[in-house]
Amino acid sequence: MLQPPADGRFAPPPAVAAPDLDPMRTVPFRVAGLHVDNEDTFTLELTPPHGYQFAPFKPGQFNMLYVFGVGEVPISISGDPDRPGVLVHTTREVGAVTRAMRGLRIGDAIGVRGPFGSSWPVEAAEGRDVVLIAGGIGLPPLRPALYHVLARRERYGRVMLLYGARTPEDMMFPDELAKWRAMFDLEVHVTVDRATGNWRGNVGVVTPIVKRAPIDPRRTVAMICGPEIMIRFACQELARRGVSPQDTYVSLERNMKCAVGLCGHCQVGGHLVCRDGPVLSYDQVERLLDVGEV
Amino acid sequence: MAVRRLEAAALDALFGALRRRGYTLVGPTLHDGAIVYDELTGTAELPIGWTEVQDAGHYRLARRDDDARFGYTVGPYAWKRHLHPPALRLWRAERDAEGGFELLDEPHDPPKVAFIGVRPCDVAAIAIQDRVFTGGAHVDPDYQARRERAFIVAVNCTEPGGTCFCASMGTGPEARDGYDLALTEIIAPARNGQRAEPSYLLEVGSERGEQLLAELGGRPARGDEVADGERRLAEAAGRMGRALDTRGLADALRRSLDNSRWDEPAARCLACGNCTLACPTCFCNTVEDTTDLTGAFAERTRRWDSCFTQDLSYIHGGPVRVSLKSRYRQWATHKLGTWQEQFGTSGCVGCGRCITWCPAAIDLTEEVAAIAASAQARASRRQARVAPSPERGTEAGDAAATR
Repeated sequence: MLQPPADGRFAPPPAVAAPDLDPMRTVPFRVAGLHVDNEDTFTLELTPPHGYQFAPFKPGQFNMLYVFGVGEVPISISGDPDRPGVLVHTTREVGAVTRAMRGLRIGDAIGVRGPFGSSWPVEAAEGRDVVLIAGGIGLPPLRPALYHVLARRERYGRVMLLYGARTPEDMMFPDELAKWRAMFDLEVHVTVDRATGNWRGNVGVVTPIVKRAPIDPRRTVAMICGPEIMIRFACQELARRGVSPQDTYVSLERNMKCAVGLCGHCQVGGHLVCRDGPVLSYDQVERLLDVGEV
Repeated sequence: MAVRRLEAAALDALFGALRRRGYTLVGPTLHDGAIVYDELTGTAELPIGWTEVQDAGHYRLARRDDDARFGYTVGPYAWKRHLHPPALRLWRAERDAEGGFELLDEPHDPPKVAFIGVRPCDVAAIAIQDRVFTGGAHVDPDYQARRERAFIVAVNCTEPGGTCFCASMGTGPEARDGYDLALTEIIAPARNGQRAEPSYLLEVGSERGEQLLAELGGRPARGDEVADGERRLAEAAGRMGRALDTRGLADALRRSLDNSRWDEPAARCLACGNCTLACPTCFCNTVEDTTDLTGAFAERTRRWDSCFTQDLSYIHGGPVRVSLKSRYRQWATHKLGTWQEQFGTSGCVGCGRCITWCPAAIDLTEEVAAIAASAQARASRRQARVAPSPERGTEAGDAAATR
């Protein structure tokens, strides 16, 4: 062939991107608040540098948080999407970066890139029943969805939160949980793997709670976040109860280095979790989760 | 633009014309017993009169009985190292007195590089990496800048190698687009014991390429010369060392994640990552964040990574892909299957590097063909169960249905 293709498909890209468009450049935010939630989890409140405009986030999205010289990790946003002036992140101390993060003090800098990824289908779920199912540290990524729904409560049918933790002490946001349990238009069912102290509630994994919950499968949109094994069992139980896999959404966790689809780390089959996820419908991932090690 | 015919000396003219325009020349040359891509100062550094013999896990240089400049296929290097460098500093930052830090502005000025002797499979590989790094919502600015400054001199393949299967992947042996200039080397038989100098058919693929023409000499090619080049390329397409039937392959792989046939390559694979390093499209990378000893400066470096490491899929608690089987399966199904869903193209160009440079001689074409055949057999069995064929009940039918 003697001429370059008319559609220019293989033509060299036209321009050099300005450095401020480099998606790998982090922005130094400041720690405005740091709360220890329980033994190994904590919540950071971050404020942007003066004059910096950052994009509002959607429930379920995540940021890449960078501790100077230590490293960068993807952490979902746990705050209220209707309060975009401050970023709230809740995480568990599991490695060098999150350990360093927990050692930060008010006023320290922390790098932020984001927000990235897909979000919980809170708008598509209007007019339907919303069932949130969380396991352990899976509650923080769901909390923005719950905030969104509670702020527009009249637009939804029944709203339910099913939450399982290892022990009562491991429960995230216990004060808020108590508040939520007291609300007449939000049904909260909690369970623990192991009862300690004066626990009088459910004991066991979250799946039997899903089995017993008063779910109307035709009206339900389910949103699930937690350990992958818990996600699988909860999805299978919902499917048995007749909730469509297209109406069942899960948030997947994978290794991420770039968060913008360029590093290849977060692949699950054909999905790049940073780009196509982290929130995916169960019908997109059912087969992949069943095979395992994908 | 008509095809032009050039004498061998025109290569010197081409090198000069590119150098005058500020390009660093990178092309094939002999190094450590292989033909690699390195900086060239003149055409004498091309592997004149050399070829190579390639097979699964096998690469040896060999002498030719002519003076071909491009009488070989591809070696262990891919062009990606000049567009997506193996290690790249993404940024540096400095801590300030108030517990904060600031990213330092550094000039970003990658070199202008002319790629000499890019094979059609590799031209296609560059187009695939263009899609990965510049085709989505987020663009890699370093790749984009390097790509913009690259001048591509393609060389079509008249002699495919032992592990080549570009004809199966639709990427060669002739480059159809994506180059600035494309050459086809024509070797005439020796006369009276005298080796003939090669001549070249030249095609122009861009305005930048066309601007060089006046400096290259030559003349419009005659019809019979053009036809001779076309014949050589058509013959080359029929002499590929390997072949791969890609019809329905992506779908077969998608349905075969739980196929026990993956155990076979997994039992031989050493997880060395050679295939991903040699592959011209593999792009997985990681970042490292480090500080200097004072802790005042930090930097982020991007490095090539490989899906054959456990670290690639590590999340707290351990890697997702623990077994070697899952890592080999990830590589093969990504390359030939899910790449399509992610970037709208196959991730394989049929260059054969992964086959040649595998120390365990694992042959991708053989492994995926076996998987596809097994998926096909499984599908027919399922069909046989759903709709019994007239033979069902006979011995042969039973055997086929239960195998």
